[in-house]
Amino acid sequence: MKLFASESEVLAPLVSGWFLEHAWLIPVVPVIAFALIILFGKRLPMKGSELGVLSMLSSLVLAAGAGYQWIQRTNSATEEQFVEPVIKSWSWWRSGGFDFGIGQHIDGLSVLVLIVVAFISTLVQIYSLEYLRGDRRYTHFFAALTLFSGGMLAMVLADNMILFLLGWEVMGLCSFMLIGHWWEDDANSKAALKAFFTVRTGDAGLLVGITMLYFSANDWTQEHLGVSGFSIRGISAWALSGEPNSTVITISAVALFIACIGKSGQFPLHTWLPDAMAGPTPVSSLLHSSTMVVAGVYLVARLYPVFFVGLDILGSGGNLIMIIGAITIVISAALAFVQNDIKRVLAYSTVSQLGYMMLGLGAGAWLPAVFHIFTHAFFKACLFLGAGSISHSASHHSFDMKRDMGGLRKVMPITFITWVISTLALCGVFPFSGFFSKDEIIDNVGHNGYTNFMIIGLVGAFMTAAYMTRATYLTFFGEPRGASAGENSHDSHDSHDSHDAHATHDSHDSHDSPATHDSGGSHGPHESGLLITVPLMILSVLALSSGFLNATPFGESWERMKLWVEPRAVEVVGVTHSGGPGEALIITAPGAEESHSESVCGSATPESGICYAPQLKHAPFKWSKAILSMFIVFLGAALSWILSLLLFTKRDRRLVGLTQRVKVLGLGHKFLVNKYYLDVLYEKVIVRSIAYPIASAAYWFNQNILDGILHGLANSTKKLSGWVYRNIDQRVVDGTVNNSATFTKSVGTAAQPTQSGKVSQYGALLFSAAAVAALVLVIINT
Amino acid sequence: MNMLQENNWLLSLGTFLPMVGVVLMMLMPKAQDQSVKLVALVTSIATLAVGIYTAFKFDFNQAEKMQFVANEKWISVIKSSYFIGVDGISLPLYLLSMVITLLVVIYSLDHVPSPGKPKAFFSLLLVLQTGMAGTFIAQDLILFFVFFELVLLPMFFMIGVWGGEQRQYASIKFFLYTMFGSALMLIAFLALFFKTGAESFSIPYLIENSGSIAKNIQIWIFAGMFVGFAVKVPMFPFHTWLPDAHTQAPTQGSVILAAILLKLGTYGFVRIALPILPIAAREWAPYIGGLAVIGIIYGALGCLAQTDMKRLIAFSSVAHMGFVMLGISTLTSFGINAAMFGMVAHGLITGMLFFVAGSVKERYHTLEISKLGGMLTQMPHLGWIFGFCTMASLGLPGLAGFWGEFPAILSAYSPATGLNETVFRVFMVIAALGTVLAAAYLLWLYQRIAFGTPKNAAHDDHSSHDELHDVTIYEWVAWTPLLIAILVLGIVPNLLFKVLDPAVQVTLSAFGG
Repeated sequence: MKLFASESEVLAPLVSGWFLEHAWLIPVVPVIAFALIILFGKRLPMKGSELGVLSMLSSLVLAAGAGYQWIQRTNSATEEQFVEPVIKSWSWWRSGGFDFGIGQHIDGLSVLVLIVVAFISTLVQIYSLEYLRGDRRYTHFFAALTLFSGGMLAMVLADNMILFLLGWEVMGLCSFMLIGHWWEDDANSKAALKAFFTVRTGDAGLLVGITMLYFSANDWTQEHLGVSGFSIRGISAWALSGEPNSTVITISAVALFIACIGKSGQFPLHTWLPDAMAGPTPVSSLLHSSTMVVAGVYLVARLYPVFFVGLDILGSGGNLIMIIGAITIVISAALAFVQNDIKRVLAYSTVSQLGYMMLGLGAGAWLPAVFHIFTHAFFKACLFLGAGSISHSASHHSFDMKRDMGGLRKVMPITFITWVISTLALCGVFPFSGFFSKDEIIDNVGHNGYTNFMIIGLVGAFMTAAYMTRATYLTFFGEPRGASAGENSHDSHDSHDSHDAHATHDSHDSHDSPATHDSGGSHGPHESGLLITVPLMILSVLALSSGFLNATPFGESWERMKLWVEPRAVEVVGVTHSGGPGEALIITAPGAEESHSESVCGSATPESGICYAPQLKHAPFKWSKAILSMFIVFLGAALSWILSLLLFTKRDRRLVGLTQRVKVLGLGHKFLVNKYYLDVLYEKVIVRSIAYPIASAAYWFNQNILDGILHGLANSTKKLSGWVYRNIDQRVVDGTVNNSATFTKSVGTAAQPTQSGKVSQYGALLFSAAAVAALVLVIINT
Repeated sequence: MNMLQENNWLLSLGTFLPMVGVVLMMLMPKAQDQSVKLVALVTSIATLAVGIYTAFKFDFNQAEKMQFVANEKWISVIKSSYFIGVDGISLPLYLLSMVITLLVVIYSLDHVPSPGKPKAFFSLLLVLQTGMAGTFIAQDLILFFVFFELVLLPMFFMIGVWGGEQRQYASIKFFLYTMFGSALMLIAFLALFFKTGAESFSIPYLIENSGSIAKNIQIWIFAGMFVGFAVKVPMFPFHTWLPDAHTQAPTQGSVILAAILLKLGTYGFVRIALPILPIAAREWAPYIGGLAVIGIIYGALGCLAQTDMKRLIAFSSVAHMGFVMLGISTLTSFGINAAMFGMVAHGLITGMLFFVAGSVKERYHTLEISKLGGMLTQMPHLGWIFGFCTMASLGLPGLAGFWGEFPAILSAYSPATGLNETVFRVFMVIAALGTVLAAAYLLWLYQRIAFGTPKNAAHDDHSSHDELHDVTIYEWVAWTPLLIAILVLGIVPNLLFKVLDPAVQVTLSAFGG
């Protein structure tokens, strides 16, 4: 591979390889598999699921290969050298003289997320083989799951914003299909609609943002890089070039961020995410916790220079991203306390963790935030699949912790242990993975001077530990209740409370081919099968260990992610060997003389070159700070444990019913249970007013005003036309527009049979009038 | 203007071949339904074959030039000539009309709407085809006008005879409204004729010689054309005929109306109004853009208020054509490309949606949304097709609808020089919000119709369940090409952009690049 032709002696040539060059295959495989599943899936021995699993495995292999070669590539670079992404671009469509490409943009960030997505997708598909067994839309489920992965992978490696948008929307579609998988139940289809629609609302911002960036950046990118203003690489460089008008780039960044708010469930558009738990648990695990919802975070990380410049990241005071992230952390963590549904606890926890990622990105802690995407994917997927395992094998398809769980640690040891490991990771306990990412975020936020936001981060950590302890206690400790105690009492269950459609078991079975669920109430709670527990175990191992890939406490040599993933903020000079379609861009890189001085990227206009990433700082690790946050986590967990023990097991009289006795607490509880009334605001106020009064008013206007005018005009024309008919000299008209009159007559005659001559009369009149008016116009203007 | 005159018989053949079929059918005895159908089918296949041959012979490297040009004396009294030709703008629409007609004929083989009379029905379909194809190839304003009006009559009868309960009202409203627009359009054409020295109605001639017309007169002439075309598009506030016509028309009528007839208006803008009257177009553009975005929002709100599936789809046309008009109003090649793409995409997608609505009506005997539900359970294939079209219609990237919608939004950010950027950027944001509303009404529609459990009340009186058969073979044959086209154009938009772009560039040369 002689992809990279270095003309500068100080720079080592970067190695590339087959997997990097062909990374575009990674999303292509699942998309093809999707088509095959749809077309032939039902006829295959495993109903198409084998194609799904196989395609995900191939994508995983390809992604892992790309990851390995990317690491080689970074290793082949000198320390202060910008590691060029492997970009390939083909012409997709041309319009108005512009060429729009389709292609791949492979760098550390995209490789990392590709691997995570492919990996989690593979495990979730394997898990689904068992979990969804016997489902009446088994094939469709795997088709949608596979298409989802294809969309996400395409988005992640997109080299331009159009392809990015395509992947983004395909995910939205799959999310709709999968949340509504059991669409017979009204609640599920409503949740699907809500998810798609809420995200789509944010997407208007994406359209506007892409448009603005394109037109602002295109001239610059064409001149300097020979790429269009959709190119991610081009936009990034343009944003740091000192060229952009500050208003334009700020508005663009805000518009894009609105899309991220929708997709990544940030306040105030987070309300769809908990409802999305109506989908089957594997879907919740894959889409609504570990991968799809990080798309918004990924967009911020991907186009970081735009946000960096546009929203003044690292500037004094907070910026929009930080504020939204911080609000999200706290408000969603608070909501997690009042949930009885285990999946909803996890959903709010996801929202909260996404808030951490946003907070980190907003505060200039790019690497910790991206690393948190990585670690969070493993432990959150594990937690969700654990919840699924419980409902599948122990609680009889219920997700209600208070009613149907409790004491499960004895019957489900594997699920319990993996759950605990992941919970510790989520809470950020040393040495579990979450510690190395979440704590880094909090630490860096403080280091960059945002003390208040750091405190919010710590408060969030406290709350996380507390609500997770509560959930763990309710699920695995205490006495077994409801279905976990072997009671077969789900007939009395309100299907809205335990809203996994499995719960509507009666209809489920009757539609189903002979039920193959091995978890009937008669069996009692037991551990799940291998197809479920093996993915759990793999994920929990990663939840434990993945943090060591960037273990800051152990010094520089452990910070592999920093080396591999973080783009180096150095000025690249002497560009413009832009390759033709299908050819990788060849770029020569900088002289290293200036490399020891502080990079100007992000802080000033680059003088002679181009920057692709802003210069960021990293907080030095201090054990004192880590111990402080550990203590906070411990405090949260301990407090929550004691309260849970007293409240749920001991039924302590001082605590039980406290919200009924103390009015303030009661109001607060009610406020939380009603999710801050945001859903009421959106559904009852905004959506309802648009869907009903406003739409009806528009339609009333249509039927009564516009048509009213029309009918009025028709009537008066009828009267007027009588007069015109009698008074206009037919010969003048005939002489001038002979043809139109003849034609009119023929039209009139033809229309006679059905409309008793009225049409012909009107038509003749209209045409006569037209001819007269034409004459008048001509006469006046000659 | 450069023109290529080889094979100049092809277009006339393609346009008038359906009339041969009509004549043949006229000669047949009434009772022979099967042979009538056969003649219709063979004729429309032959027509499409000619169309495909035309496309095959078309020189795509010179898509900006008029090709297969024929220019014969016609009505010399008014200096109108039989002047036809196609370029990259006309060709896709010309072919689309042929494809749609064939598919409608196939669909009709099994679905002649009540009260039957296949002979008359198929004759009208073929006459309609001649009118549509002719409009897209005419290069003479009078010829254009004749074809433009020729389309009116068959559609009028189709709604008036084979329509729903209020067909009388709908058909006469459709007819008079369009007539009214045509009248103003004719005034504009005549004024144009006289103001350029009463020499010719030929479009290239008028483009060359319209520069001598004073600006304020241009603006008035444009006004006449604007109303004529805007009624056809239809643009707010001239759209009220559309929901009635669509709701009452038989499925076939709705499909053709949505897929082709509405495009006659937008095509008129691109082919006639803009190039001939560029100065006036620039003055009018902000108002057109304004009405377009009003249409986008207003149409969407109208959709949300509907209780009838077909009427909802009809209103969605108002919104979608708003995107098309927004693209046109930017007066940039980028915007007009988007508009042209949007026309084809809307034709395919909304045509498909009307097909689905027709099949729903046939099976459930109602289109009331509140009485429908659980379609996916009862007819999974139809439900999936419906879902696919819904997604295409709301502009999901990767399907055809997106490439009309998003580039139109994009183009509004940077309209042609001389247009007020701020105003158009406001339009852009409103249009982007329109996509949210589009998602709302379409998904809501889909959720209510396809999801949930079947509501059997709708067909209690017909309680035989065998009526709820899934997609039939005729439907598959008629629909598959559309579904494939929606997907293929969504993945490879360049198939269409490649043809359109050069011709659009030439058309816009009047605006100085």
